[in-house]
Amino acid sequence: MRHRWMTLAGVLIAVALLAGCTRKPAGTTKAEKIVIGWAQWAPADYLQELSKEYTEETGTKVVVEQIPWPQFQDKIFAAFAAADDTYDIVVGDSQWLGRCSDPDSQHYLELTDWMNENLDVDAFSEAALINLGEYPKDSGRYWAVPAETDAVGFAYRRDWFEDPEEMAAFEARYGYALAPPRTWQELRDIAEFFTRPDEKRYGAALYFGKQYDTVTMGAQEVMWSFGGSYGDPETYRVEGILNDEAGVKALEFYIGLRKFAPQGAESFGIGKECVDAFNQGLVAMAEDYFAFFPGLVDPEKNPHATQTGFFPSPAAIGPDGEERHYISIGGQGFSIPRYSKQQEAAKEFIKWFCQEPVQVKWAGLGGFTANRNVLASEEFLKATPYNEAFAACFPHLRDFWAVPEYGELLTVTQTEWNAAVNGQKTAKAAMDAVAKQHTEIFEKAGYYK
Amino acid sequence: MTTAVARRRRALSDYQVKMLFLMPTLLLLVGMNVFPLIWSLYLSFHRYAADMPGRAPEAVGTANYTALLHDPNLWRYFQITAEFVVLAVGAQFLIGFGVALLLNREFKGKGLVTTLILLPMMLSPAVVGLFWKLIMDPNWGLLNFLIRPVTGAAPAWLTDARTALPSLVMIDTWMWSPFMMLICLAGLNAVPKYLYEAADVDRASGWFKFRHITLPLIGPLLLLALIFRTMDAFKLFDMVWVATAGGPGDVTEMVSVTLYRQAFQNWNTGEACALAYILLVVIIALSNLYIRWLNRVRGEA
Repeated sequence: MRHRWMTLAGVLIAVALLAGCTRKPAGTTKAEKIVIGWAQWAPADYLQELSKEYTEETGTKVVVEQIPWPQFQDKIFAAFAAADDTYDIVVGDSQWLGRCSDPDSQHYLELTDWMNENLDVDAFSEAALINLGEYPKDSGRYWAVPAETDAVGFAYRRDWFEDPEEMAAFEARYGYALAPPRTWQELRDIAEFFTRPDEKRYGAALYFGKQYDTVTMGAQEVMWSFGGSYGDPETYRVEGILNDEAGVKALEFYIGLRKFAPQGAESFGIGKECVDAFNQGLVAMAEDYFAFFPGLVDPEKNPHATQTGFFPSPAAIGPDGEERHYISIGGQGFSIPRYSKQQEAAKEFIKWFCQEPVQVKWAGLGGFTANRNVLASEEFLKATPYNEAFAACFPHLRDFWAVPEYGELLTVTQTEWNAAVNGQKTAKAAMDAVAKQHTEIFEKAGYYK
Repeated sequence: MTTAVARRRRALSDYQVKMLFLMPTLLLLVGMNVFPLIWSLYLSFHRYAADMPGRAPEAVGTANYTALLHDPNLWRYFQITAEFVVLAVGAQFLIGFGVALLLNREFKGKGLVTTLILLPMMLSPAVVGLFWKLIMDPNWGLLNFLIRPVTGAAPAWLTDARTALPSLVMIDTWMWSPFMMLICLAGLNAVPKYLYEAADVDRASGWFKFRHITLPLIGPLLLLALIFRTMDAFKLFDMVWVATAGGPGDVTEMVSVTLYRQAFQNWNTGEACALAYILLVVIIALSNLYIRWLNRVRGEA
C-alpha cells in the first residue's frame, strides 16, 4: 500500500517538474496565440484579416475579440479590475489613457522607451500620436501606439445636392450655391432646406443619442468651433468657461438641428442609426465616424451608394464672428495590459504592424493608418470615396478630457446634453448643470488642492 | 483493506458525514453570497474604485450614504423607478389575472394557448429590450407600420420623453403578465369546485362568487406573485439598459441603471455599494409591507 502511494507521489512530482520545464516563462517573445480586444466594427475585421499575414510569417495566431460598442468600455475595464490576462493587446479609446496610465491603476504598460527604441515615432501623424498615445499631453510619455485613426465626418446625397432644381431653389432661398457645407451654419441651412416630412425627407442624422459618448462627440466639435471649451486644461476650472456665451450658443445651435432630423433621432448613435437613416433614404446628410462609412459605399447595404459623397465635420463661425474648425477625434491605439502574460509577443505584433509596408496593406484593407507617408500618398487618398475627406480632418482633431475621471465627466455630458436635445432642458440649463457637476467631480478628485 | 475501510467508516460520525455533504454548499454560499455582502457593506463606508488596485479603500464614514441621500437626482430616479413599478406591476396584475380567469375553463387547444401566452417570460430581458427597440423604431419599426394607417401618427415610443417610460411599462407588461397569469391560474385551479356549486345552489351572483370565494382563496397566492414582481421590477436593469439606456435625458433612469453607471462606468465602487444597500433596504421594506398584508389576508381567509 505504502509502496503504491510512493509511486503515485513520484509520478506527480515528475509530471509537475516536466510541466514546470515546458511552461513558457512570462513575457516570452514567441507565442502560440495573442488576443486583441477591440470594439465590434469593420476595422476590427480588417485587423483580423491583416493578422493572417503575421501568422504566416511568425506562426503566432492572432485573435481579434470584438465587443459590441455599448459594452466595449465596460467589458474591458471589468477585465482590468479583475486583473484578467485574456487580452494581450487592448485597442482602447483615447479617453481611457488617463485612467489606464494612472499610477494607482497601471492597467497599461508604459511604452515610451520601447517605442523610442523600436518604432519610428516620427512616422506617426502628430495628431494621432498625441491624441491616441500620449498622456499627459505634451509629456512625451506614451501608453498606446496609434492603430486606427478616425474622425467624425459626414456622408451626403450627391444626387440631391446636384439636382439642378434643388440647386436653383436653394440658391434662391439662401443666396449661395448648394454644396457640401463648409460651416455648421451652412449645414443648418441645407438641413432645413431638405427637411420635408411629407416626402419622408429630412436634413441630417446627427449624434444625439445617450449611449456611450454619442451626443458628446457630436456637440463638442460645435462647441469648440464656436469658441467654447470644456475648461482650463491647466487648472481644471470649468465654471464660467464651459457655460460661457460661446458654449451655450453652441449647444443651442446643436440642439436646434434636432428639428431637421428624422423621428427618434434623440437616440441616434455611433455606427448604426445615422448610417441606417442614410441607407433608408431618409436624410440628406448623416454624421458618423469615417470608419463606419465602408457600408455606405457598398451597394448591397446602401441603395444610393453610387450617389453618396463625403465631407469632414465643418468649421463654425462663433458668436465673436471668428471662424474655427475642430473635429472630434475617434480611433484607438494599441496598448498592452499589465496583466498580459505575453507582453513581449504583443510588442512584436505591434512592431510588425507599424512597418510602412504593413501600413500600406492596412490602409488597403480599409484601415485608417496613422502613418504620415501612407496618409499623404495618392494611393491612400484615392482608395475610397471618403479617404480624402478623412485625411482633411487631421489638422482639426481634438479630444474630450482624457483624465482618469473621464467616465464620470462623460456620463454628465451624455445625460445633460441628451436632455437638452429632448427639450427637457434649455441649452443654458444643461451647460450650467454640466459645469457644476464637472467642477464637483474635479473637486472630489483633488484637482483644486 | 476491509479492516481499513471499516476503520475509516467508524472514524466518521453522523454529524461529520452531514457536514461533509453540507460543506460544499455552505462554502459556495459563503463565498458567493455572504462574503460579497459583508465586503460590499465594508466598501460602502469607503472611497474606493475597484479598477484602481493601487488605491486602498479610504474610510469616509457615512459620507457615501449622506452624498447619495442628498443627491436630488437620486430621489428623482427613485421616483421614476416607483412610477415604473406601480404601473408595470399593476398592469401585469390586471392583465395576468384577467387572462387567468379566461383560461380557467375547459376548451379545445387550452394547453397550446397557455403555452403560447407563456412564451414572452421565457425570453431574456436583454433580448426583449432589443427586439422591442426595433419594433418601436419610429421610422421603420413594425409597431408604427401597423398603427400609422389607423391613427395617422407615428410616435417616437422610446425616444420621446413623454412616451419612453410608458413604453417600457408596456414592454415589461408584455413580458411578465404571463407570469402573473400562471400564478393566478394555479390559484384558480386550486379553488374547490364544491364551493362554487354550493354558491350556485344559493343562487349567488358571479360577482358574489368572485368576491367571497375566488378572491379570498387565491389572495395569498396573488400577493406572493405581487411580491416577486415588485422586487423584480424594482431591480430591472437589462431591458431598460438595452432599450433606452436611461434616456432620453434621464426620464427612464431607474435606480438600477444609476447603480450600474456608478459601479462600472464611473467606477465609484464605494458609492455604488452604498446605493446597493439603500436599494436593498427599500426592497426589504417593501417586501415586509407585502408580507404583513399577506399574513392579514391569510388570517382573514
